[in-house]
Amino acid sequence: MADVAINTTSRSAKAGSRARPVSGVRKFFQKKSTVAFFMALPLILLIAILVVYPALYSIHLATLNKSMQRYVGFGNFTFLFTRETFWMVVRQSCLFAITAVIFKAIIGFVAAHFVHNVPANKQRKWRGMLLVPWVVPPAMSTLTWLWLFDPSYSAFNWILAHFSIGPIPWTGDTGWARFAVILVNIWAGAPFFLILYLAALKSVPEQLYEAAAIDGCNWWQRVWFITLPMMRNIIAITALFSLIVTFANFDIVRILTAGGPLDSTHLFATWAFKLGIESSDIPLGASVSLFMFPILAIAAIFILRDINQRGNEAS
Amino acid sequence: MTMAATIDKAGPRRKKKLRSMSHDRKWALRWSYFFLTLFAIFFLFPPLYTVITSLKTSGEISAAVNPWWVYHPTLSNYKELLGSSQFLRFFLNSAMVSICVVIITMLISIPAAFALARMKFWGSATLATGVFLTYLIPDSLLFIPLFKMFAVFHDYTGIQLLNHWYVLVVVYPTLTVPFATWIMIGYFASIPKELDEAAIMDGATWMQTLLRIFVPVALPGIIAATIFAFTVSWAQFLYPLAFTTTTSELVLPVGIITTLIKGDVFNWGQIMTGALLSAAPPLIIYAFLMDYYISGLTAGATKG
Repeated sequence: MADVAINTTSRSAKAGSRARPVSGVRKFFQKKSTVAFFMALPLILLIAILVVYPALYSIHLATLNKSMQRYVGFGNFTFLFTRETFWMVVRQSCLFAITAVIFKAIIGFVAAHFVHNVPANKQRKWRGMLLVPWVVPPAMSTLTWLWLFDPSYSAFNWILAHFSIGPIPWTGDTGWARFAVILVNIWAGAPFFLILYLAALKSVPEQLYEAAAIDGCNWWQRVWFITLPMMRNIIAITALFSLIVTFANFDIVRILTAGGPLDSTHLFATWAFKLGIESSDIPLGASVSLFMFPILAIAAIFILRDINQRGNEAS
Repeated sequence: MTMAATIDKAGPRRKKKLRSMSHDRKWALRWSYFFLTLFAIFFLFPPLYTVITSLKTSGEISAAVNPWWVYHPTLSNYKELLGSSQFLRFFLNSAMVSICVVIITMLISIPAAFALARMKFWGSATLATGVFLTYLIPDSLLFIPLFKMFAVFHDYTGIQLLNHWYVLVVVYPTLTVPFATWIMIGYFASIPKELDEAAIMDGATWMQTLLRIFVPVALPGIIAATIFAFTVSWAQFLYPLAFTTTTSELVLPVGIITTLIKGDVFNWGQIMTGALLSAAPPLIIYAFLMDYYISGLTAGATKG
């Protein structure tokens, strides 16, 4: 209805302009869609020049040789396929992302439940404390973890020594190093899940739980048959988001292990950095980072579908 | 409950049940506090350990004593870092970059969000989806082509962007603008249409409608987007690591890691102090504006 009102005014303005001729250019610049286009133009330019173009450019770069003078087609990719390290990076990226996302989701879900359980006036305080890892810049908190994992002065090993365990080579041994990077990622990412799940928990109608309590459901049944189905959407979308970000993680692995020992903790991002920037083989680095693209595309499709669905439900 | 017991004639059984329910509740609450304390310990002990280490001398750090306790607290690490012109330079660079990025982000995303939320034009729906997709593209996919692009840009124009702090002002908006626009679209869409229609009827231009009506009404959203843009540009690590190497051009995270770690020598007291000082601005903002911070986080599903 409102749109109609605006349209009539613009139409009458148009009619007026027909009576009193205004130059075509000026009319063009006063048109709603033109104004809107110019308002959005900086955004369009930013995305086109600094996101879309580099993304396409990296595909072009990936087809060049190391000195970037000769076209080698899929040469970089076939070379990567023959490298054992590449397959290790693929495996480690998947292991890292999937494990970390699952644990972040579980910890976030459980912690959100406990925060939701306490009286409303105390929730703010707990939420505030539990979100701190998310606020600290990840590079800085990873430095603390690096110090906690220090080979000779590890504060963890000091505690474990009292139980005559260790010393554990946190970042020196393949298995432990993989565990360490996942642990730090879980620590830094779980609060994000906590906040979103807490918001979702608050939106579940209380009547459902009351009805369940009358029907004699126990705690577990309430979670399984009410909370989880009601939160299905937000759980899915958060997990997908987190999967993208965790898969593309750079800071934590770079600072904690720099890919070592023996490249066993490299993710696509850190390995691409090592090849592309440190060894200045830009085409090879670009090829490695392009392998992140399929998983991004798949996750993005699911997220978009979900968002469109929600939009349709809302309207 | 005593009321219920006196009114209720059903006798002791009902009374017992009521008591057991509240009893259950009390225990559920106790368990909640217990587990929340465990979670709080898990989430807070690394920041705490940062503080502990930052108060120690390097002699105490390498001594074989309890690492979780400070025996001789000292502020010498803080004095040394805050007195070093290099560290202040990193701080200044970080501040300049973040403030510029926040301003650019707001200048780009507020008009764009207004156009996308209120003034439909050809392709606006596609563009809104595109903004969202852009937000999903991580920095680790773009840093190599961007690095090469800036090198080529230098060859053509003679303007050297690489290795200067302002290169970060150019690239950070790609991380902040899409999400800020996304938050703002949400906030603008929630403003009643009658408001801008009235303004347009009264002869306001679109720009006036945006500045006089939308910006004041959507101020909470703008604050949330500002906080988001600031924390993202303050914490960003990959781009400065890839694009800047000269010591005087580094921002805080990269500066701390490249200058305080000399070869295999880790001066942990200073590193932890540096980490703490560079985590301070986001933490202070968070402490005072937690609600805006969280509303920005939950507005639309976010990164994590």
